Amino acid sequence: MRRQRQVDASRRSLGAEGGLEQRSLFRDAFRRFLQNRLAMIGLILLILLLLVALLADIIAPYGLNEVDFSIVRLGPFQDPNHFLGGDGVGRDFMTRLIYGARTSLFVGLSVPLISFGFAVPLGAIAGYRGGRWDFTILRVIEVATAVPPLLFAMFLISITGAGLGNVIFVLAITSWIEPARIARAQFLKYRESEFVLAARAVGASELQIIARHILRNALTPLLVSFTFAVPLAIFAEAGLSFLGIGITEPTASWGKMVGGSVKSSTVVVDYHLALFPTLLVALTMLSFSFVGDGLQEALDPSRGD
Amino acid sequence: MIAYILRRLLSLAFVLFVVSVIVFVLMNLVPGGPFTLADRGYSGAALENLERKYGLDKPLHLRYLNYLTSALQLDFGNSFSVAGNPPVTELIARIWPVTFQLGLYTIILSFGLGIFLGIVAAYYHNSIIDNLVTFIATAGIAVPNFIIATWFLLIFGFQNGWGMESKWIVGPLTADGAAILSWDYILPVLTYALAPLALVSRYTRSSFTDALKADFVRTARSKGLSERMILLRHVSRNALIPMVTVLLPQIPNLLTGSLFIEVVYGVPGLGKFFVTSIFNRDYPMIMGLVLLIALLWGLTYLVTDVLYTVIDPRIRLGARQGA
Repeated sequence: MRRQRQVDASRRSLGAEGGLEQRSLFRDAFRRFLQNRLAMIGLILLILLLLVALLADIIAPYGLNEVDFSIVRLGPFQDPNHFLGGDGVGRDFMTRLIYGARTSLFVGLSVPLISFGFAVPLGAIAGYRGGRWDFTILRVIEVATAVPPLLFAMFLISITGAGLGNVIFVLAITSWIEPARIARAQFLKYRESEFVLAARAVGASELQIIARHILRNALTPLLVSFTFAVPLAIFAEAGLSFLGIGITEPTASWGKMVGGSVKSSTVVVDYHLALFPTLLVALTMLSFSFVGDGLQEALDPSRGD
Repeated sequence: MIAYILRRLLSLAFVLFVVSVIVFVLMNLVPGGPFTLADRGYSGAALENLERKYGLDKPLHLRYLNYLTSALQLDFGNSFSVAGNPPVTELIARIWPVTFQLGLYTIILSFGLGIFLGIVAAYYHNSIIDNLVTFIATAGIAVPNFIIATWFLLIFGFQNGWGMESKWIVGPLTADGAAILSWDYILPVLTYALAPLALVSRYTRSSFTDALKADFVRTARSKGLSERMILLRHVSRNALIPMVTVLLPQIPNLLTGSLFIEVVYGVPGLGKFFVTSIFNRDYPMIMGLVLLIALLWGLTYLVTDVLYTVIDPRIRLGARQGA
C-alpha cells in the first residue's frame, strides 16, 4: 500500500510535466473516486437532482402556478393526484418542490461560475505578477474580508431589490475571496517551478504559461473548492429567500418554502410544507459535500488512509 | 513584534476607512431616504426641515467628511429610527450584550464539546465515538441553521405549547446590567452551536489524528511517557496550530451573531438590528454596525497571527504575507 502511494506520488510529480502522465493522474483519481462509496452515492444523487431540475417541465405533474383551491394546505399522502399535498395557496406541492430543485441548482451552479470567473484571473494575476499587482489585490481581499459576506449580500440586496438574477449577482460578488486566494497561492507556488522555467526557455508566451501550464496544475484545489462553493450558494439563496428578500414569487425556492411555513399562522398543521424542502436541502448539501470530499481524496493521493 | 502589530493596526485602520467609504456610498444609493419612506408620512416643508436637521440636504462627499470627522472623535451619530434618537454607540452598547451572550454560550458549548469529541475520536480511531463525530460533523453542515431553527420552533414552540419561542421582553439583562442565564437562550444556542460544533469536532479530529501519527509521538512513547503526558504536552501543542487558523476566525463570527437565528427567534441583537436598520435607512446605525463588525474581524485575524508565534516559535511574524 505504501509503495503504491509512493508510486502515485511520483507519478503525480511527473504528471506536472507532460501530457501523457497527467492524463493518467486523472485516470488514477477517477479510479479512486469510483472506489469511494460515499462519493459515488453523492454523485448519483446529484445526477438525479440535476435530471429533475432539467426535466422539471416534463416530470412535474402540474403547472408551476396552477392553483386548485380544493387542495389548499392539503396534507401529504392523502390524494393520489397530489401525492405530497398542496401549499398555502393551493398549488401542487410536489410540482413546487421539483421546480425548487431547478432554482436551487441554477443558483448553486451559476454563483460559483461567475465568482470563479473573475476571482481566478484576479488571484492568478496577483500570484503570477507579484509586486504592485499582488499588493493591490491583497488589499482588496483584505477589505472584502472585513465584512461578513451574508451581511454584505443582504445590504446589496436592499439596493438591487429581490429576484433571481439579483440574488445570483449579489451572491457572486460576495463569494469571490476564497477562489481568489486559492488561485493566488497556486500561482505563487508554481511561478518559480522548473516546468514554468522550462516552458519559458522553449519560448512559451506568458498567456500559454498561465493558461496551459500553471492553471492546469492549479485546477485540483480550485475544483474541490468549487464543489464546496455550490452548496454554500444554495444555502445562501435559501437563507435570503427565507428572510423574504431573495427569490420572489412565483418562482419556487426551497428556502422560501421553509420560511413561508413558519410565517403563516397555519404552521401547526402544515408540517409537510417545512419537512420536504428541509429534506431536499439536506440531501443536496450532503451529496455535494460527499462528492467534494471524494474529489479531494481522489485527486490528492497523499491524503486519506 | 510590536512593530509588526503596529503595522497591522495601521492596515486595519486603512481597511476600516475603505469599508466606511464603500458602505457610505452604497447605503446612499439605496432608493428612499430615512424620512421619505411612505409610512413616515413626511412631505414638503417638514421633510426639508428634517433633512436639513440631519444634514441630509448636503452633497454626499460633504456628508461623508462630516461623518468621518465626528467618527474620528468617536461620535458615530444618533440613530434616525429608534425612538428618542439615542446615540449609535449607546444603542450598540445596549443590544450587543444580547448577541455577545448568545455567541459566548454558543462558543462554550460548540468549542468545549467539539474539541472534546474531536480528541476522543482521534485517539480512538474508528470507534463508535469516532463514527459519532463523523456523523455530527456531517449532519451539522447538512441543514442550514435557519431551517433547524424553524424546526425547533415547530416542535418546542408552537405545537406543544411549551412556549419556548421568543419571549424576549426587555432583553436578557437585569436592571443593573448583570447578565442572567435565561431559558430563552436554550433554543438559539442549541441551533447556533450545531454548525460550529461540526466544524470544531471535524478539525480537532483531523489535526489530532495527524499529530498522533508524527514521529515525536513514537519517541515519546518509547521514552515511556504516560499517554496523558503525550496527549497534553506533545500532541495537543502540535495539533493546535492548524486549529487556530480555522477556528479562531469563527469567534468574531459567533460574537457578532447570526442574522437568521436572531430573526427566527426574535432575539433583539445586532443581526436583527442590522436588518431593521437597513429597512429603515437608519444610516448612522448601518455605519456603526458595519464598522464594529469589521473592526472585530480585523482584530481577530491579527490575534490569530500573533497566536501562531506563541504556539509555534518557529513561525516568524511578517514572513507570512497578509492573506
